[in-house]
This record gives sequence, structure tokens and C-alpha cells, in this order.
Amino acid sequence: MQLDQLYQEIILDHYKRPHGRGLREPSATEVHHVNPTCGDEITLRVAAHGSTITDVSWEGQGCSISQASASVLHELVTGSNVGEALRVHEAFVELLQSKGRLEPDEATLGDAVAFAGVAKYPARVKCALLSWMAFKDALARTGAATQTEVQS
Amino acid sequence: MITIPDGMPQYTDKPRFDVAAIRADFPILSRTINGHPLVYLDSANTSQKPRQVVEAMVDHYLNHNANVARSVHTLGTEATEAYEGARATIASFIGARRPEEIVFTKNSTEAINLVAHAFTGARDGSRAAADPRFRLGPGDEIVISEMEHHSNLVPWQLLCERTGATLKWFGVTEQGRLDESTVDDLITERTKIVSLVHYSNILGTVNATARITKRVREVGALLLLDCSQSVPHMPFDVVDYDADFIAFTGHKMLGPTGIGVLWGRYELLDAMPPFLGGGSMVETVTLPHTTYAAPPARFEAGTPPIAEAVGLAAAVDYLRGIGMEAIAWHEKQLTVYALDALSTVPGLRIFGPTVPVGRGATISFALTAADGTPIHPHDVGQVLDGQGIEVRVGHHCARPTCVRFGVAAMTRASFYLYTTTGEVDALVRGLDQVRKVFG
Repeated sequence: MQLDQLYQEIILDHYKRPHGRGLREPSATEVHHVNPTCGDEITLRVAAHGSTITDVSWEGQGCSISQASASVLHELVTGSNVGEALRVHEAFVELLQSKGRLEPDEATLGDAVAFAGVAKYPARVKCALLSWMAFKDALARTGAATQTEVQS
Repeated sequence: MITIPDGMPQYTDKPRFDVAAIRADFPILSRTINGHPLVYLDSANTSQKPRQVVEAMVDHYLNHNANVARSVHTLGTEATEAYEGARATIASFIGARRPEEIVFTKNSTEAINLVAHAFTGARDGSRAAADPRFRLGPGDEIVISEMEHHSNLVPWQLLCERTGATLKWFGVTEQGRLDESTVDDLITERTKIVSLVHYSNILGTVNATARITKRVREVGALLLLDCSQSVPHMPFDVVDYDADFIAFTGHKMLGPTGIGVLWGRYELLDAMPPFLGGGSMVETVTLPHTTYAAPPARFEAGTPPIAEAVGLAAAVDYLRGIGMEAIAWHEKQLTVYALDALSTVPGLRIFGPTVPVGRGATISFALTAADGTPIHPHDVGQVLDGQGIEVRVGHHCARPTCVRFGVAAMTRASFYLYTTTGEVDALVRGLDQVRKVFG
């Protein structure tokens, strides 16, 4: 069944046991993003030290795809520097916008390769991107981002 | 089975129809989705279209197409007759006193905006001569409810921002009914208009309007009923309901998208300023000044949705051929069946009335997994789609209602004349599958 691709074990695992959930670092840059078509929302904080992202913490309400994607985001970018995080971000967005025609690079995307199936469901792409767009927004507002000239 | 004594109205007295024969008129219902027969449970969102409606539009375009109200040639006359004939058909369908009380809009949303736009701010001196019923300022009030579609909420918020008037609303009870206990406090001499949903698109509640209408008349306010969900599903008569305006839309009642209807009492329409300016809505135009046509032309600037009006009239003919009372009964039986069937699904909670009285065939619910964690409606809808079952998920353009019940989103199954009990069974089986995936 096609649905198995959409709800891969990895996604369901992240959904049931989300990583990085719960808002930390009150001084970090905080953004709140919503998906107006479904009402899903996420509050996300990015803490940075120099050009290193020390924590991505989040609290959200939404479907399994949106929650799992925030969990994977936390896993992938926490501890990396801004440049690496933006490369991962770019690869993730490209994968989701590929309509399922792109073979994901596991070395860059880790668990996020599981979202290749989501890319085949246009109605769900925004669910997967909600936290990632919030992350990029938060990054653009931190001092860390301005040092490396984030393209919006 | 309860036996009704002889001499009393019997269930079998109610008009019925053959659902299988109806379904044959809707080719889309025979297609498959993801390898499964389509189970279309999203008619409150938009209905499917019978062959007769599509064919009427095709015939119009292929054989009678011309612009309306401005041509002297034969085709122009045919198109104008078809367009105005559609107006008359729709007027008689809802019991309007005359066809000129029907204004074609692009949807219900535009119809409601048109009425909201008719109000002039008391601070706006340029139109001080406007009819006092449509003058609005600080201290004046508009009353809606907590179960409105955003289309019957945002236009009034905008109007309040523009004029300084105050927006108030009826609450919703835990059972999903309108809380009428506050009617005398909410609707007062300060109230200029009450704009209320007749049949909730999210809770399925069909509001009893009599008490509200009575109060509206006592205080001299206006009453608009949002009938987007009721006109397609039950007999409706504007005189019986004693409304001042109603709004509904074509695509939810077997008609095409792109056409909606504002019905208003003629005398009120005549007191209202134009909405959009342009061709067809004028009387005499000079460069500095224009006088406006009488209703409904005053509110129909530009080339109107002609083929859509033809399609909507064909839809009304189709619905009438079956009979609105028969359709209402079919849906009532489906609702009884579905409320019963859904109550067998573990972890399912229905929002809105759980008895098939004062409610229509639109049922929203939440679902939890075996361990008690909520399953998000998007996930429910996605797994159901995998089995060919099409439901609506999200906040249904009624976010305040979702907030009222403490959820961000709901899953909604909605039925129509072509829905079968077999499709309700498919939904129940589908929900079991959802719980397996998220178990």
C-alpha cells in the first residue's frame, strides 16, 4: 500500500517519541508559525553560540508528519554550524518539492530521508515544511545567521 | 421497530427515492481512488454534479452562448432568457416573492460581504443620506454566533473595524446547540443586524431560528441567515423563516462553482448602495456622476456567471424532481445510521448533536489511538483516502468552533442524496484501519 511510504516507521517513531520537544533557552530567538489551511502550529526556538546552533527546541500541535518533521529537524541541526544547517535545510526543502522524483541523500538528511514519500502527497508537503520554515525564519533573526548571510 | 398507531403519519408516508438510480446520474461516483471504490463523504465542502447539470452548461455554451442584457441579436436574447429564467427558477425554489429578489454573486461569501458592504459608517459624512437601517457607528451592535463559518464572521469584523460598531455572538453549548438563553441580552435596541448560520458546516446543527427572529423583530434589527448548508439539503422558504437576507452557494447543491445567491427582501435591496461598480449596474452614466440600476442589476456589475446560472437552474430542477422533502428524509435516515455506526468505533468522539434531531447529515469527530493519544485529523483523512474514502479534515473555516471544543482540527464526514449506508459502513471500517496504523 502506498500509504506505507507516507507513514514510514521512522516518521511514526518520531511522532510517537519526538526529539527536542519542549521550549528551552528562554533567551533564544523564538518564532511562531501556523499552517492556516489546517490550523497546525509550531513555536520554535533557536539558540546559537557564535555560528554554532546549540539547541532547537519546539512545541507544536499538528499531524504526525508535522510533528515528526520537527523532531527530525532538532536531531539534524542541533550542534551543527549555521552553514551546515542551511545546507541540510536546502536539501530537505528540495526533497519535499521534488514531487517524489528525487533520490534523497542519506548522508546529508539522515532520518529525514523518510520524508521522500511525503513529497508524493502535495497536500502534505506543507505539513512537513512547517517546522523547517519556522527554523529558517528563526535563524534569520538570530545574530548567528547575519554573520553568514542567510538568503531568505 | 416502533409501531405507529393507525391514523397517525407513518414513516412509509414520507417520500423516498431510489439511491442507486440517483448515483447513475453522477459518473464520478463510479471511479476508484487508490484502487478502492470512491466513497465521497465531503459534500458539505462541495457536492458532486449530476450529468444533467453539466449537460445543461455544455448545451448553453455550444448552442446559446452570448452575453446577456445588452444584445439585440437572437443569441443574446436566448442567453438573457436563460439567465433570467434561472433567476426565476431559483426564486421559486426558495419561495421568494419575485425573481428580482435574487442577486447572483460568485458564492455565499460574496453574498454576505455584499450585505456587510451596504452599511455606511455614521462617521462617514459623504453618505449621510443612506437609509438609517444601514447606518452603523460606535454603540451599534452586530450579532453572530460561535459556530459561524469564517465567511459569516470576517466580513462583520471588517465592518466593525470600519465603523466602530461592536461584534457580539451567541455561544455554543457542549451539545453543539446554539445557546439561546442569552437572546434577550444579546439582541437589543442597539443591534442593527443578526447574521446567523442556519445549518452549521462543522457541527451539523440545524438552528431553530423562531425565537431569534421574534427578538430581531421586537428590536427592529435585520436578520441574515447563512443557508449555505441548508438550502441544498432541506425544503426552505424565505417567507416561512421570515428572514431579511439569506446567502447560499451553487456548488454545494449539485450546481457549478462560481455562482452564489443573495436573496433579500426587495424593499431592503432597493435601499442598499451598489457593491461593485461597472457595466450592467448603471442607470445613467455621466463623467462626474452615475445613477444606479434597480436591484438585482445594481449588484451585478460586469458580465455575470451566465453558464453557471444555467447550471444552477438545472441543479434546482434536478433537486426538485427528486423532492427536497425526500432528500431531507434520506439524509435523516443516513444520520441515524451513521450516528449509530460511529458510536461503535472505539476512541471516537462526536462534536455537535449526537441525536438525529435538529441536526443534518454532517458529522465531525475526533479519534484517539488505542493508547488514548489523539490521532490528528490530517492523519485520519490521509489513511481514509488510502482506502478511497474522502472526508474533510482541518478547522473547516470555523476555527472559533474548534477552539470552543478545545481542538485544533476535526475530521468531518458529510452526506448527500447520493450517499448510501454502505458508504457509512466503509467509513467505519476505514476508521478501524486508521487506529491500526496509529495503534
